[in-house]
Amino acid sequence: MVNFILNRILQSAIVMFVVALISFFLFNFVGDPISNMVGQETTVHDMNALRERLGLNDSVIVQFGRFILDALNGNFGISYRLQRPVDELISERMPATLELVFVSAVIAMVLGVAGGLFTGLKRDHWLSKIILTSSLVGVSLPTFIIGILLIYIFAVKFNWLPSFGRGEVVDLKGGWSTGLLTVSGWKAIILPSITLALYQTTLILRIIRSEMLEVMRTDFIKFARARGLKSRDINYGHALKNTLIPVITVAGLQIGSLIAFSIITETVFQWPGMGSLFIQAVQFADVPVMSAYLVLVAFFFVIINLIVDLLYFVVDPRLRSEIKN
Amino acid sequence: MAVVDISNLCIEFPTRRGVLSAVENLSLSIEAGEILGVVGESGAGKSLTGNAIVGLLEPPGHVTAGTIFLNGRDITHLRESEMRKIRGAQIGVIFQDPLTSLDPLYTIGRQLTQTILTHQDMTRAEAKKRAIDLLIEVGIPAPEKRFDAYPHEFSGGMRQRVVIALALCCEPCLIIADEPTTALDVSVQAQIITLLKRLAREKGVATMLVTHDMGVIAEAADRVAVIYSGRLAEIGTVRSIIDNPQHPYTKGLMDSIPQIGQNLKSLPNIVGSMPRLDDRPSGCAFNPRCSKSKDICRRELPNMIAAGDTGQSAACWIYAEGDEYA
Repeated sequence: MVNFILNRILQSAIVMFVVALISFFLFNFVGDPISNMVGQETTVHDMNALRERLGLNDSVIVQFGRFILDALNGNFGISYRLQRPVDELISERMPATLELVFVSAVIAMVLGVAGGLFTGLKRDHWLSKIILTSSLVGVSLPTFIIGILLIYIFAVKFNWLPSFGRGEVVDLKGGWSTGLLTVSGWKAIILPSITLALYQTTLILRIIRSEMLEVMRTDFIKFARARGLKSRDINYGHALKNTLIPVITVAGLQIGSLIAFSIITETVFQWPGMGSLFIQAVQFADVPVMSAYLVLVAFFFVIINLIVDLLYFVVDPRLRSEIKN
Repeated sequence: MAVVDISNLCIEFPTRRGVLSAVENLSLSIEAGEILGVVGESGAGKSLTGNAIVGLLEPPGHVTAGTIFLNGRDITHLRESEMRKIRGAQIGVIFQDPLTSLDPLYTIGRQLTQTILTHQDMTRAEAKKRAIDLLIEVGIPAPEKRFDAYPHEFSGGMRQRVVIALALCCEPCLIIADEPTTALDVSVQAQIITLLKRLAREKGVATMLVTHDMGVIAEAADRVAVIYSGRLAEIGTVRSIIDNPQHPYTKGLMDSIPQIGQNLKSLPNIVGSMPRLDDRPSGCAFNPRCSKSKDICRRELPNMIAAGDTGQSAACWIYAEGDEYA
């Protein structure tokens, strides 16, 4: 078991290294950051001095080595555009994104599991048909269109909810600013979190539904029925638990992509999170910010996958005994 | 009084292209302590009959006529909530494949206690004791240790024993065993058959043993019902059916079993195959394959009547009195 975990952590470290390598090299070709940073009157001499100061004259390998060493210490360099440490910028923006992702994930899991169970167990109910048809909308409409539609309806037409921003935030100890303690914060998070959650909700819903249909046909469910077990025990105990492995897999990946997808939602709603920081960084070829962002997103993915792998063992005894041997 | 008494059972499946009658006018009964073998080809309606008894017909299949009595109580059209209390409590079911019959994510102990606690008013500790007694009864070694094991930690034969223990949880008066040995090794088959026989003898459990394996029938059954295309073809004691079959279909079935020591160039078989449900000929369903069929066989359905001198009855015009069969 311990071996297995260590093995997975090692794999994660390799993944992280490769991601860092790719993101760093990729961004060395997106443009010259110096030209964005300086004004028109700057002399060539000053530009070269700046280039030297930022270490851009060193070879790419040296730059990358420096990047890795610094990154391990939580230091991602200085933003070219804002002239501030990247880790500071990111830790300012991270609470906004993580809160958005958290609320979206909760919405997606609750609605997805409930809807998937309902449509899986009551296949022919009229409500199931409505849920399934409308879930197609969630899968097929792009995020930004849904965001804009929601803004149009709830912010412009009815003026119930704000169309941008995070509302009032409260600073907690440890530099975490939260919008979840104020009314305006909650109001502000409703539209973006729904926008972000919609696709994941429908995906989880459809997976649970198809897995439920599959499991309900298995022999052990028939045998459970033949033993006269209560349908509550059969549906939520035996059937739902057996759908969990694929659901955990997908849900884990989806929470990772919530963080990644939040770029679009944050842009539409001007949400002051890491996604909008990244978009601005792209426009200015702000390599340290971009690299740090990508490494961070990869880090979240890797951590979530690690948790997913461990959850398999909690759920499935067959895997547990495989590892023991 | 028979434990289970089925009379004139009809099961139909409404489909887009008309109603298929899967089981027609089937009557049989099983006494306490008796093992009734039910044989027939795939699709003959053996398993459907078993499912109908426990009220687990897959929709749209349903019972359209006839009655099923369990210990004198009519259970043909009980509400689902009532039927659920009978399943597992008074009727135990054993399925074909022990590898897929158990929930892989729960220990067998938990599956046993869950079933016991669903039907009986017990504390958890009492249920656990009962579960371990059951595991001893079906011959699982070191039951206390095995109580917390998961299904994948058992062999196929051991899993079928667990399945039987689950069917026995609440001391049912009737066991429906649907191909209980088909998925098992021959040596394990014999153990499972011995176990089923012991339960019938010692506990007086009435057993309906659905199978297409005549070897299993010969080993285990007291009486045999032969089903062809949803209708009863012949019923009688196991010796009379095996040694002295009367219905032409049963005769063909017995002839097609190879005997050890016999030197055959080719294995005798019944020409043709069982008709599809939507393509059943008029009269006796077996008439196109029967070498003795006459006009009456193609016109009218035969009734079950006494046939031969070993006490069984068969649905065949050959044994009709008078001169209809001429």
